[in-house]
Amino acid sequence: MTRLTDFTLAQARDALKARSISARELTQAYLDGIAALNPRINAYITVTPELALAQADASDAKLAAGQGGSLEGIPLGIKDLFCTEGVRTTAASRILGEFTPPYESTVSGNLKRDGGIFLGKLNLDEFAMGSSNATSAFGPVENPWSRANDPAKRLVPGGSSGGSAAAIAARLALGTTATDTGGSIRQPAAFCGVAGIKPTYGRCSRFGVVAFASSLDQAGPIARDVTDCALMLNSMAGFDPKDSTSVDIAVPDFAAAVARGVKGLRIGIPREFRMDGMPAEIEALWQQGIAWLKAEGASIVDISLPHTKYALPTYYIVAPAEASSNLARYDGVRFGAREKGADLVELYEKTRAAGFGAEVRRRIMIGTYVLSAGYYDAYYLKAQQVRALIKRDFDLAWEKCDAILTPATPSAAFGLDEKHDDPVAMYLNDVFTVTANLAGIPGMAVPAGLDANGLPLALQVLGKPFDEETVFAVSGAVERAAGFKATPQVMA
Amino acid sequence: MSVDTAAIRRIAKLARIHVEEEALPGLAAEFNGILQWIEQLQQVDTSGVEPMAGGGATALRWRADEVTDGAQAERVLANAPEREGEYFSVPKVVE
Amino acid sequence: MSYTLEGKTGPWEIVVGLEVHAQVISNSKLFSGAATAFGAEPNSQVSFIDAGFPGMLPTINEVCIAQAVRTGLGLKAEINLWSRFDRKNYFYADLPQGYQISQFAHPIVGKGEIEVSLADGSTKMIGITRLHLEQDAGKSIHDQHPSKSFIDLNRSGVALMEIVSEPDMRSPEEAGAYLTKLRQILRYLGTCDGNMDEGSMRADVNVSVRKAGEGFRTRCEVKNVNSIRFVMQAVEAEALRQIEVWEAGGTVDQETRLFDTNRGVTRSMRSKEDAHDYRYFPDPDLPPLVLEQSWVDALKASLPELPDERRARYLALGLTPYDVHVLTLEKETAVFFETVAKGRDAKLAANWVTGDFFAALNRLKRDISDPPVTAEHLGELLDLLSDNTISGKLAKDVFEIMIETGKSPLVLVEERGLKQVTDTGAIEKVIAEVMAANEGKVAEYRSGKDKLFGFFVGQTMKASGGKANPAMVNELLKKMLA
Repeated sequence: MTRLTDFTLAQARDALKARSISARELTQAYLDGIAALNPRINAYITVTPELALAQADASDAKLAAGQGGSLEGIPLGIKDLFCTEGVRTTAASRILGEFTPPYESTVSGNLKRDGGIFLGKLNLDEFAMGSSNATSAFGPVENPWSRANDPAKRLVPGGSSGGSAAAIAARLALGTTATDTGGSIRQPAAFCGVAGIKPTYGRCSRFGVVAFASSLDQAGPIARDVTDCALMLNSMAGFDPKDSTSVDIAVPDFAAAVARGVKGLRIGIPREFRMDGMPAEIEALWQQGIAWLKAEGASIVDISLPHTKYALPTYYIVAPAEASSNLARYDGVRFGAREKGADLVELYEKTRAAGFGAEVRRRIMIGTYVLSAGYYDAYYLKAQQVRALIKRDFDLAWEKCDAILTPATPSAAFGLDEKHDDPVAMYLNDVFTVTANLAGIPGMAVPAGLDANGLPLALQVLGKPFDEETVFAVSGAVERAAGFKATPQVMA
Repeated sequence: MSVDTAAIRRIAKLARIHVEEEALPGLAAEFNGILQWIEQLQQVDTSGVEPMAGGGATALRWRADEVTDGAQAERVLANAPEREGEYFSVPKVVE
Repeated sequence: MSYTLEGKTGPWEIVVGLEVHAQVISNSKLFSGAATAFGAEPNSQVSFIDAGFPGMLPTINEVCIAQAVRTGLGLKAEINLWSRFDRKNYFYADLPQGYQISQFAHPIVGKGEIEVSLADGSTKMIGITRLHLEQDAGKSIHDQHPSKSFIDLNRSGVALMEIVSEPDMRSPEEAGAYLTKLRQILRYLGTCDGNMDEGSMRADVNVSVRKAGEGFRTRCEVKNVNSIRFVMQAVEAEALRQIEVWEAGGTVDQETRLFDTNRGVTRSMRSKEDAHDYRYFPDPDLPPLVLEQSWVDALKASLPELPDERRARYLALGLTPYDVHVLTLEKETAVFFETVAKGRDAKLAANWVTGDFFAALNRLKRDISDPPVTAEHLGELLDLLSDNTISGKLAKDVFEIMIETGKSPLVLVEERGLKQVTDTGAIEKVIAEVMAANEGKVAEYRSGKDKLFGFFVGQTMKASGGKANPAMVNELLKKMLA
């Protein structure tokens, strides 16, 4: 007999509709898994079993009446960067204290509207700043996968959406929300052997999502496979008048696009993504992906994205600059934690020193520096100009191709104790993902194989602005060709 | 460009983050590592390039001038670490 | 002769520029749907956007944009079809986001100018550098608790127009005249109510001093001065302070100061001691503000008449410069006057409005927005006067009764039988009676004592109860006494 947590989101949806399973039993199965594994994986900061079961009962009533939304009765996890009305929201930071938003983010509200059940709030790097989930004030998340040759070594799930990716891999949620500022959906999805898409900037509302870097942040789903991601995104996406950067454009049927195939599509292969010192396994996977798509009828074109090597330094100016300003509101006056101070300045300085972790403090200070008098032109303005060039590279590439195929990450998941001494080495994790954020284009990570140690590796598909359909079509083709069926060692 | 401990102290002050005196040299070293890495952007010729501020909508949408929000003092104050009646309160500020 | 202040080393010229913050008239805030009304309970007009809560995003109010453009047009300024919002970063207890959304690099309105009138009858052009939109901060209250400051965010996010002048003013009087004229223009446009005591209009005053023929010396900014009188006092006080510093061999440091209205001096602001570094950058939450030229043109076409145009029109009607001045000072007064004057003799209307009506306002301590006599009623009174229904003398009496009763003069004249007698027969009858009762005087008059004519006029008027038309009485008396 199939276990309840074996269903993909699409399968569970059909089983719920057919009344062969109930939302309550499905939800209970996930809550049981969380109770058993979360103490180890630490994917959830907050679990809300009572709320989830109450929602499940309401869903069962709707389903019994032949009603309900597109995600009716589906147990979901929400990254703890999305404000949820009446449920503590932490951004994995001490500074938010017991902050309980009196409002709901648009994206989580859309999922609720469509019948999704919220199991709880998922762990992340503090304020989404990190690539390992090690900066969370609520402890690191453990990757459910481990190395065949070193099973005792605890690995990172990637970040910042490490809780989302680990929860999907360990089957502690059927779908999750995540956000991606420099790779925070795609890199953890790749490390955990699951699928994740960062949509076009402006596709999902940022209203009610704790801001990290406003011009780069974009919400998207992490789920078990490409189709599940499409179903999640169909609910999450949509124009929101409350976000001035939200784009008023129709949301197509993403799930339908997954099966479309790649016949006749031109797939660009950017030569600048072939980095010095890139592991042979990554290169081999990339070549394999190219071969799969060619076999499915796509044509492969060599393209150039000449400013790729400048993307990370650009990102590490733009993102901290915006973050330094976005995080100024955490001052201990209106909400969140407060440290005592003799005067207002001391209150601020102590509150922010105690409330923010080391990486967040570092990025706020870098951001403050690059915006400060005398340095703005050399750093911030220069970075915004390079950013324009990076976007222009893509604009030119779209004249030659319809989608781009690259590796998702430069390596498989690394150890919890690795790469923490040197911030720059940690930043290099985002080398393949960050250009999509700077250019505002959609990108998806699809699990495509295992490395020699049995850890998952992924390919990345990039697309034109607001052409997520082609991204889903190409990702679907890669997924079918790869036939990735491996599961992690730790799983509910 | 490189920064010294005095610069780090000034930045920390601007960012309103307390930094212990003994932590300054370590932070300065970290800063210089990151800044050195960022420095490679100076190689890019950006003359005449219009800076890109962000993506998404290309022009502001305008909202109607209607009162649709507010009248919720209790909800606004509910998360306050300290309050006096209907006010937020902080240590006295001398102007 | 230009204005100077006398120091120990001789005369000093003063240089003044003003940055005026004018609260935009709108129902809701610049970037949120919370109300803007003055005097509400603390934190009762606050959205989570105004309070800088996590994940909150700004959306712009179309009326605030229109008000800024209307003001720009009223200042004869360039309207920038492309402008942008920047963040000005600093920490303060009443600045919830930790930054103010403002327009630093690309304001919505560029260069313009204002003509101001001075006491000696001359006029002067003062340049406008720019006008931009920005959010107001909340309010810190320091005097309610011995060791705490209280924060009210009702004002947080209310739209302000910051209107920056060129350093073109050279005396306290010019600064006062500029502010008076700017306030008048804003009130005419209906873009700011100009209530300085409610804080809807505040001025930051930049002052420096110099010797004749010099370039600019270091200036100081006197923050948040909240009346025209105080601006004039602050200019003089700060200029005198700087002269003293220079003459003692010191240098003036560029700094922010406050005007102590009780002592009439400026003092350094302690809390602003830290050198500011606002780290302006484009707000990534707000795409550029793009205007259509046709939309700006439509606003321009629907702009109300401005003070300068109104003055010109009134002068052309033949009103005296004094009447023009007092009638155009406040838009409400001008509107009142025009209602009175509509279809009537403008000069007569001006005499009544600036004369009896203003006197009544002063005497009763009433405001033009709450007049003791409506413009319509005053107009009716002028009609009764013009068509000889009542005499000028009687009109003044009727006016007082109108104030007491609030009734229309048409009703009063009817009710109280105050209608002037213009019936020749009736007046002749009265005159005949007066002549019969004073046969001796008639004889004296007819024998050449012309001075008695006045006596007969008086007697006739008295006998008619004051209602006989004086001109007709004159005419008929001459005929009948002849």
